Amino acid sequence: MNSQNFLQIVFYLAVLLALVKPLGNYMARIYQDQPAGLNRWLAGFEQRLYSWSGVNAKQDMRWTQYALALLVFNLLGLLAVYALQRGQAVLPLNPQNLPAVSADSAFNTAISFTTNTNWQGYGGETTMSYLTQMLGLTVQNFLSAASGMAVLVALVRGFIRRNSDGIGNFWVDMTRSTLYILLPLSLMLAIFLVGQGVVQTFKPYQTVSLTETVSYQQSNNQTATESQQTLALGPAASQIAIKQLGTNGGGFFNVNSSHPFENPTPLSNFLEMLAILLIPASLCYSFGVMVGDTRQGWVILAAMTLIFTVLVFVTVVAEQNGNPLLNANQVASELQAGGNMEGKETRFGIVNSALWAVATTAASNGSVNAMHDSFTPLGGLVPMWLMQLGEVIFGGVGCGLYGMIVFAIVAVFIAGLMIGRTPEYLGKKIEAFEMKMAAVIILVPPLMVLGGTALALMLDVGKASVFNTGAHGFSEVLYAFSSAGNNNGSAFAGLSANTPFYNVLLGIIMLFSRYWLMIPVLAIAGSLASKKIVPVGAGTLPTHTPLFMVLLIITVLMVGALTFIPALALGPIVEHIQMTHHTQVMP
Amino acid sequence: MLNYLKPAALLLVMLTVLTGVIYPLTVTAIAHLFFADKANGSLIYNAQEQAVGSALIGQAFTQDKYFWGRPSVTAPYPYNAAASSGSNLAPTNPALIAAVSERVKTLQAIGKTSVPVDLVTASASGLDPHISLAAADYQIGRVAEARKMDESKLRALVNAHTETRQWLILGEPRVNVLQLNQALDSVAH
Repeated sequence: MNSQNFLQIVFYLAVLLALVKPLGNYMARIYQDQPAGLNRWLAGFEQRLYSWSGVNAKQDMRWTQYALALLVFNLLGLLAVYALQRGQAVLPLNPQNLPAVSADSAFNTAISFTTNTNWQGYGGETTMSYLTQMLGLTVQNFLSAASGMAVLVALVRGFIRRNSDGIGNFWVDMTRSTLYILLPLSLMLAIFLVGQGVVQTFKPYQTVSLTETVSYQQSNNQTATESQQTLALGPAASQIAIKQLGTNGGGFFNVNSSHPFENPTPLSNFLEMLAILLIPASLCYSFGVMVGDTRQGWVILAAMTLIFTVLVFVTVVAEQNGNPLLNANQVASELQAGGNMEGKETRFGIVNSALWAVATTAASNGSVNAMHDSFTPLGGLVPMWLMQLGEVIFGGVGCGLYGMIVFAIVAVFIAGLMIGRTPEYLGKKIEAFEMKMAAVIILVPPLMVLGGTALALMLDVGKASVFNTGAHGFSEVLYAFSSAGNNNGSAFAGLSANTPFYNVLLGIIMLFSRYWLMIPVLAIAGSLASKKIVPVGAGTLPTHTPLFMVLLIITVLMVGALTFIPALALGPIVEHIQMTHHTQVMP
Repeated sequence: MLNYLKPAALLLVMLTVLTGVIYPLTVTAIAHLFFADKANGSLIYNAQEQAVGSALIGQAFTQDKYFWGRPSVTAPYPYNAAASSGSNLAPTNPALIAAVSERVKTLQAIGKTSVPVDLVTASASGLDPHISLAAADYQIGRVAEARKMDESKLRALVNAHTETRQWLILGEPRVNVLQLNQALDSVAH
């Protein structure tokens, strides 16, 4: 770890943490309907949206109504994305005349974007028309993120309210998240990104003449030459801004944010990377403001930041140490980044690729600026494990924090058992119903990940898609199911996942992992809202202390470690031993 | 359920218009007002007003008189900017080790020390426009000889095409291969 690497990490964390309070405060004001600028200027427009769509914005929904509104809204969004992909050949704004997307791939992508996963089984520039990218994918980038934020706000209301049936109004929470938070931030980021060189155009792909003619072997062994280069273009910046801010991650181009038109400079990289964690981190502060004790938010943010920082250093060191099997100069110096440069871009070097990989999997973003499949075994283990922890280290917008709050509920319950204290959190008694729901929330993703991996590896159709050999091949499959089973979306992209088997299985898993978490979270919200507030007593475990932060960290890590270390041992850990001992890798 | 269908459908339509039409069109309009060249792909034109590349997208070079960029594994030919792709080879994959040894062999034909790693490993996008300063330095001897050019003059040209860390902190120092090679050709003329 050289000083330049260290400086870039510190700079990133400093800017991120400096923005937490202002943005967190702003979002809290939006959700509490206090004046915050935009929500007063656009109040008339917001009301008109409700009246045009026949929404009763005054309705205080019970948790079941809230869940139903969310499910119906997401289902319609899913159908719209599916229809756009299937019909893009005859729809406008398709300058490359791309054909309709296959049924299984369209099914997978529609689920992927409505569940905020943004797993990409397809290559953007060779599959999706400009219209599909805009009207389907960009729209769901906003709305899936807004859905996650709405569920978080509903859960927070569960803590604030007493003896109440309702947990808020889904339409209002979702619309405000889009209109006042995601849209203005995206507009600013998109324009910054174009200023750095991200493309934003409706022109067809541009052809340029090459300086040196390329000759290459065709599949039939004939030599062919190419004197022109076709540059894929499109309305990319507007989509990239929201895919980063909404922890979506679905790239405009096949290689996502490693594409020079998607992420052209170190500064664009910094802004995109900042956007990954910006809202999830700031929501911790909003949470503190809304429950009336900002220390509660800081404790959660501190737990997330600590785990994150340690894992960033593990990944950077692993990647900087490089690959001992390669006979090249990998020593970092003033003249080169050195390290494991396979699948990485020169302008980002080691530190920005590793930092991005950790940020994108800590949050359930899933965009990449380097190919995770080519990371060193330990460098690839960290992103995989961060997903397996349940996407609660920052996590997705809204969903990361509600996941972490569920872990906090489990932590106070465990503490209650250990030291004989009453399990209560933020003034609400934690009882059997909440614990049952919390158990579902914590157990569904591991079931999906480990069950899915086991199934795929038992079947020939599952094994046929594996690209790399040996232990790494196992890692590819485990990574894919960890990603889908926690709504992340990044990949060990060597796996050929665009097959009917993977499209359908991963699609179903993404659905389960999204809604079998959201519905129990809303159930907890409803149950908590109906309870009275217990005054703080001698038996109350304080949850704003460093001690509770440690307890929370241990709870998250223990669940993640106990569940996944056996599987990780078969993949990245074996591969690490093979690499460092120069063992011949068996095919 | 039906009570929810109508507001869900209408709100979806309205938010689709807002985030899927008005938002991207607004970004496009502002982008073309202030950054028209960048929004269209940072194209480079020659004296005849012909587009000869993008400042952001690399091209393949194999001749001795040019600096070579990162290996690219896009299909069916390298630096295919219509189908970006990395190799996705694992660090322990024998295919990676063989490919790297092959590239090292080709480069070391000019007889030098250990090859800088970015020159023998495939980039993530397959379109990386840059190489490290070490990788440029490694090739100066070969290019100078092929062009019968003074090494110090060539080094000055490389330095002129070196991009430093943005804001002194961000990213890595690097050389844009296409722009350097185009400058070399124009010097020669």
